[in-house]
Amino acid sequence: MAILDRHKKIETHATLLLTLSFLVVTIGGIVEIAPLFYLENTIEDVDGMRPYSPLELAGREIYIREGCYVCHSQMIRPMRDEVERYGHYSLAAESQYDHPFQWGSKRTGPDLARVGGRYSDEWHVDHLTDPQSVVPESVMPPYGYLADTVLRPTHIAELMETHRLVGVPYTDAMIEMASSDFIQQATEFGDPAVVDRYPGAQQRDFDGNPKVTEMDALVAYLQMLGTLVDFSTFTHEEATINR
Amino acid sequence: MKHPEEQILQQGDPDTTGHIWDGIKEFNNPMPRWWLWTFYATCAWGLVYTVLYPAWPLITGATPGVLGFSARAVVAQDIAEFDALNAPIRARMEQVELAAINPADNPDLYNYARQGGAAIFATWCSQCHGAGAAGAVGYPNLLDDDWLWGGSIDEIHYTISHGIRNQDDPAAHYSQMTAFDDILTDAEIASVVHYVLNISGQAHEDSLAATGAEVFLDNCAACHMDNGMGDRFLGAPNLTDAIWLYGGDADALEETVRHSRFGVMPPWSAAASDAGRLSEAEVRAVSVYVHSLGGGE
Repeated sequence: MAILDRHKKIETHATLLLTLSFLVVTIGGIVEIAPLFYLENTIEDVDGMRPYSPLELAGREIYIREGCYVCHSQMIRPMRDEVERYGHYSLAAESQYDHPFQWGSKRTGPDLARVGGRYSDEWHVDHLTDPQSVVPESVMPPYGYLADTVLRPTHIAELMETHRLVGVPYTDAMIEMASSDFIQQATEFGDPAVVDRYPGAQQRDFDGNPKVTEMDALVAYLQMLGTLVDFSTFTHEEATINR
Repeated sequence: MKHPEEQILQQGDPDTTGHIWDGIKEFNNPMPRWWLWTFYATCAWGLVYTVLYPAWPLITGATPGVLGFSARAVVAQDIAEFDALNAPIRARMEQVELAAINPADNPDLYNYARQGGAAIFATWCSQCHGAGAAGAVGYPNLLDDDWLWGGSIDEIHYTISHGIRNQDDPAAHYSQMTAFDDILTDAEIASVVHYVLNISGQAHEDSLAATGAEVFLDNCAACHMDNGMGDRFLGAPNLTDAIWLYGGDADALEETVRHSRFGVMPPWSAAASDAGRLSEAEVRAVSVYVHSLGGGE
């Protein structure tokens, strides 16, 4: 057949085969991926979402550094049992400032998408220092050294600029005040300007040690997870479109 | 073995594809029919699926599919369905007086509260109080009859609803022990520690305990009472029993006297605070469960 004869030309010409294969894969990729950038239900906007404060962002870096995501997902699936245990199912918009996102399908520990406010700061410090002291059946390793490691906001502004580069809307003022906000958020009765810049940010000494440690940053991050969107005003219809 | 180029087709062999690579020829065998038809069937099903379910991306959204499936609608429907099933008993749960939720007066309600309360406890309470409610250092044991803020069903219900020393609910139980590090001398702290060792029936030095009695009366008795039995109104623990929240040896006692303690419990009632996560029926169920664990008054 004529068409198969032409196919032979492609199969026997490495460069042509490579070019055309690439073209086919590209078209497939565009069809699958491109709609995610404009379909309304994947980019739905919800009230309350804001970029991470400098301290929370630093805590998030520690979360990633320690590999917490290996055992903990941050994605509550839309199923009744998950919603009953963890709270409202996660929305794509809640991960919009996550680079990289912390979704996952493997849970050795519980999902952490809405762990914020669920336990006291003291519990988090106790639990991170010695998980079995509060949950005897836990297999989580201890992270007590976080409380001994003083964290300085040396590179936090650069980190925020990097996040701005990939689309997180940090303003110039946020980046300029990054180091100050970082310290003030971990200070009991600190400068309230940090809460103005990051609405809903919690401001206190998270680990009970006046120095700002990695424990402060990680607990600040954990205590804000899933707390930004007010689900009492959120409706299913509002978030879903195209129907 | 013959060189490939010398291979000769046998009679009855299928045709070859005509391709020759380094002398190797390829039989042009047809695909097995069952495989081919399965393949066609999956292609057809794929097309049908894109018609039935959300699939093709368009300008503003994807085609919704003729079945109108939506994962969010399904979960909302599931939740509504179980809410409807539970609604009558939950309504009764909220109406009946807490004390009347017992095996004699309302056996079905009591059973529902115990079972549901156990599930709520496992989900929301066990991380601090332990899966078996035996507590941990800093987190009270709920199985015994030693209560900081009261062990009647109403008192337990209040504590669960509003929590302890949290910033989210103004009605939370609140008290703060003084940190005596800067107030008492080292000698006074050592003596009062030995006094507490004495009244809790532990090994102590009599001479230290004797001077400590005076320090205790001046500084501690206002909350812990003259006899050290504590005051539930202030959440001040009984120091004469052998039950300790933060440890009862000399070192732990000294740490408590010097730097105080500040145990926090979140508010759980969604009606009482934005931070609350449980409905009134759920708070009541878990109250009944905790009350029934053995120490309820």
